[in-house]
Amino acid sequence: MLSLVVLLPVAAAASLALARWLSDAVARRVWLAVAIAELVLVAALWAGFDAPKPGRLAYEEQVAWIPGIGSSYHVGLDGLSLPLVALTAVVFAACAAYALREQRRPRAQAALFLSLQTTCLGLFTAQDLILFFLWFDLSIVGMYFAIAGWGHGDAARSALKFFLYTFLGSLALLLGFIGLYVAAAPHTFDMVELTRNPPLAGRPVAAGLVLGAILLGLAVKTPTVPFHTWLPPAHTDAPAIGSAVLAGILLKMGTYGFVRIGMPMLPGAWRAWAWVVVAVGIVSILYGALVALAQNDLKRMIAYTSVNHMGYVVLGVGTAGLVARSDAEARTVAVSGAVTQMVSHGLITGALFLLAGVLHERAGTYDLDSYGGLAGPAPRFAMLLAVGAFASLGLPGFSGFIAELQVFAGSIAVAPVTAVALLGILVTAALFLRALQHLLVGATRGSSVGFTDLRAAEVWAVGPLLLLSLVIGLAPRTLLDVIEPAARTVVELVGR
Amino acid sequence: MSLDRADSVRALAPELVLLVGALSVLLGGSYLPRTRQWVSRLVAVAALLGAAVVAAVDLPGRPSGAFEGTYALDRGTAVARLVVLAATLLVVLLGTDELSGHRQESETYTLLLLAALGAIVLAGAHDLLVLAVGFLLASIPLYALVGQPRTPPAAEAALKTYLLGALLGITMLLGVTLLYAVAGTTRYAGLAGRLATAPSTVVAVGAVAVLGGLLFKAGGVPAHSWVPDAAQGASVTAAAFLTTVPKIGALVAAFRLVDLMPDSVDVRLLVGLLAVASMTLGNLAAYAQTDPRRLLGWSTVSQVGYLLVPVAVAGDSPLALPALLLYLAAYAVTNLGAFAVVAALPERRDLAGYRGLAGSRPWLAAALLVCLLGLVGTPPTAIFVGKLTVGVAAWDGGAAWLTVALVVNTVASLFYYLLWLAPVYRAGEPVERTAPAAFVPRPWAYAAALIAAAVTLALGVASGLLWAVVDGPLMPPG
Repeated sequence: MLSLVVLLPVAAAASLALARWLSDAVARRVWLAVAIAELVLVAALWAGFDAPKPGRLAYEEQVAWIPGIGSSYHVGLDGLSLPLVALTAVVFAACAAYALREQRRPRAQAALFLSLQTTCLGLFTAQDLILFFLWFDLSIVGMYFAIAGWGHGDAARSALKFFLYTFLGSLALLLGFIGLYVAAAPHTFDMVELTRNPPLAGRPVAAGLVLGAILLGLAVKTPTVPFHTWLPPAHTDAPAIGSAVLAGILLKMGTYGFVRIGMPMLPGAWRAWAWVVVAVGIVSILYGALVALAQNDLKRMIAYTSVNHMGYVVLGVGTAGLVARSDAEARTVAVSGAVTQMVSHGLITGALFLLAGVLHERAGTYDLDSYGGLAGPAPRFAMLLAVGAFASLGLPGFSGFIAELQVFAGSIAVAPVTAVALLGILVTAALFLRALQHLLVGATRGSSVGFTDLRAAEVWAVGPLLLLSLVIGLAPRTLLDVIEPAARTVVELVGR
Repeated sequence: MSLDRADSVRALAPELVLLVGALSVLLGGSYLPRTRQWVSRLVAVAALLGAAVVAAVDLPGRPSGAFEGTYALDRGTAVARLVVLAATLLVVLLGTDELSGHRQESETYTLLLLAALGAIVLAGAHDLLVLAVGFLLASIPLYALVGQPRTPPAAEAALKTYLLGALLGITMLLGVTLLYAVAGTTRYAGLAGRLATAPSTVVAVGAVAVLGGLLFKAGGVPAHSWVPDAAQGASVTAAAFLTTVPKIGALVAAFRLVDLMPDSVDVRLLVGLLAVASMTLGNLAAYAQTDPRRLLGWSTVSQVGYLLVPVAVAGDSPLALPALLLYLAAYAVTNLGAFAVVAALPERRDLAGYRGLAGSRPWLAAALLVCLLGLVGTPPTAIFVGKLTVGVAAWDGGAAWLTVALVVNTVASLFYYLLWLAPVYRAGEPVERTAPAAFVPRPWAYAAALIAAAVTLALGVASGLLWAVVDGPLMPPG
């Protein structure tokens, strides 16, 4: 069942790539149909999900792959991965709906994004480090082609920078994985095994180095300051759906790696590095927000708010390592907030990037100053953008509030000094209000004149993402009931 | 376990089939009119296939030695045979368009078969004299192959190859003499024990001299300088062959040699340093290249660096041998795939000439993509599994620094492979560059490229099966 969910998109992609006779219109609809089928399948997974005991997995499947080096095709779900699998299905379905109007090589685009969906689903379900790395690397290759093939501006250069930078990160990760393998007895790449018997327990220096390599790899992907410089150009020149997937899903691969690999497999080293992680989180929050405030390009601005939002996740997972200072409950809240933030950010930023794509499609620019009074000609656009902006700045009632509240409740209880990161929320609020003011209110001028409002497909792409954010914000228990037991397990594992 | 004479001959059936095939092509080709030279090709292909089938059927379970232990029949020889034969078949396939009707078609096949035989003998040699014979057999046909086009660049490349080969061949014989002088035998079985008590300086000089010859065959630093010239100047067929097949024999031979060396001589550290030098220099030099053949030439220098890593931990990790053999198989098919794309579009001597290929010929572009990303080591291609196991073997063998060097160099290598891929996949090319007529690939090479790309992917995905083939014991040196 789980393998079907993971491999269905790539099978559809292969069919689309081979079917050269297929018309563009049909190709676009096939993509949407597969994306919706994935949504249904994932909904079924969620409905049948019974939180597994610590150290166990739901929907587990394992087949020998390279037995000689202890690697197997091992997949399964728990409370950390299921929300992200669901997020993947939702964001990709939104992209499929948004791309119904794509004119540039739609068949190839559909095949590429379906393949990307498999890499994302594969990564979040992987329970073997080599399998994890496989999907991690392939997602980079896929995104490279999405940016280079459908981007605008200086797309080739941005794509190259993205590829080189994140590939560097992925290989640092691989180095860490090899270190884990060699240190484990018996040698294995199996994530469940490595979590059960964490290697390098008695060798703090080696464990620190291995964790350093893994943290570097994940920090590049997340991205955190100071490894974030690939992100703004990649987003600025990527197509709208490429940005939505990049920010919505691909960045989560980094943060998911923290809770899935770094924390449970190297608990001692994680505790030793926890203050560094917390500091990087705080710097990312503040720096991301301040740089975003300085942007005049809407897409660049949203890209930097991603650095800020990912900072909350890093702060949350870092807090979990400060074992000596607090009770487990506060740390559990922080980790739970971090995972919630991953989902929340995926939904909200996905929606914002799709809306930014509408701007570029209609008027060819993201420059805030070229617009004004958009609310007049484009009320639907204005409303969804406003909702998205408020959700992103953490207004109560939306998922971002639930997530950030938990992160701060947990981290301030553990280390009051982290309260300084609250300033980030203030700056984010300011920058979104400023952007809304530039774009939407006032007299209709510049590129806003004659701006076509959102079409049905675009509303159907963006609307559900924001609606889900609202639902999570109003009724968070459905999500938190899945995340909290897993967060508790992770905190216990780090505390070993 | 040692075989008697009759069994020894029988066990060498693949080598004999290859030899008979080479001689038949040579003699038969002399009597064939130029328009009927395809018969030679059939004979060559039949010999390669026949030898491969015999070698596959005869996959040895337990290691044994033929001819009083001078030739190893073990997993190393068996895998080297299969990879050399399959690679040579692929070379013939990708070269068919270029060679068909060429006035030296039959001679080329003879040279290819003999050089392939030399590579196999190198891999199987368990005696320094057999090793020297293998070296000569693998080298002499190469000089002729490189010089075949009779153009100034080919002549220069042939001369360079010849001079370096002659120098390092002599050095190798000198090394053999030294080792014989201190050990009193050339057989590996006897060497292993006696070298431990021999004066370590002499052993070190002898080992380095023999290694020098093998490094020439493998195309590794510091004996690499002929590789890019030959890759650029020779015919595509010869370039594909000489950057792939000789390495297989040379690296297995180097593995056996290093495995043999006593602890008193730190030859492993030297090989490790040379590995790092090879990968780094190959990568740095590849940056500046604009001719795809020369770029691939330098890229093979860096690949030899990666391949030397398991040699540097020979005997230190049980994973070293399977990692080397797996990487060799993966490298052979991937590198030949990239050369097949070059052979399909022989007139494009500039990376910019590949602009629009993806729109014009999506499958050929996809094959190039798979092979180049394969050479980088992106999963799920075969070289990824090779690099992974090599990295694991190095760390496991106590040389984590080699794993780090491997990873850092992999990042560095991505850049120049992308320089080639970027024009292929650049969006927004004018229609005339992406029309089917803009690129007219040669059919056989096209097929070879597709096959190689498919095999690269298949070997990566089914690497568990490949592992089962490469994981087996070597004939013990002692």
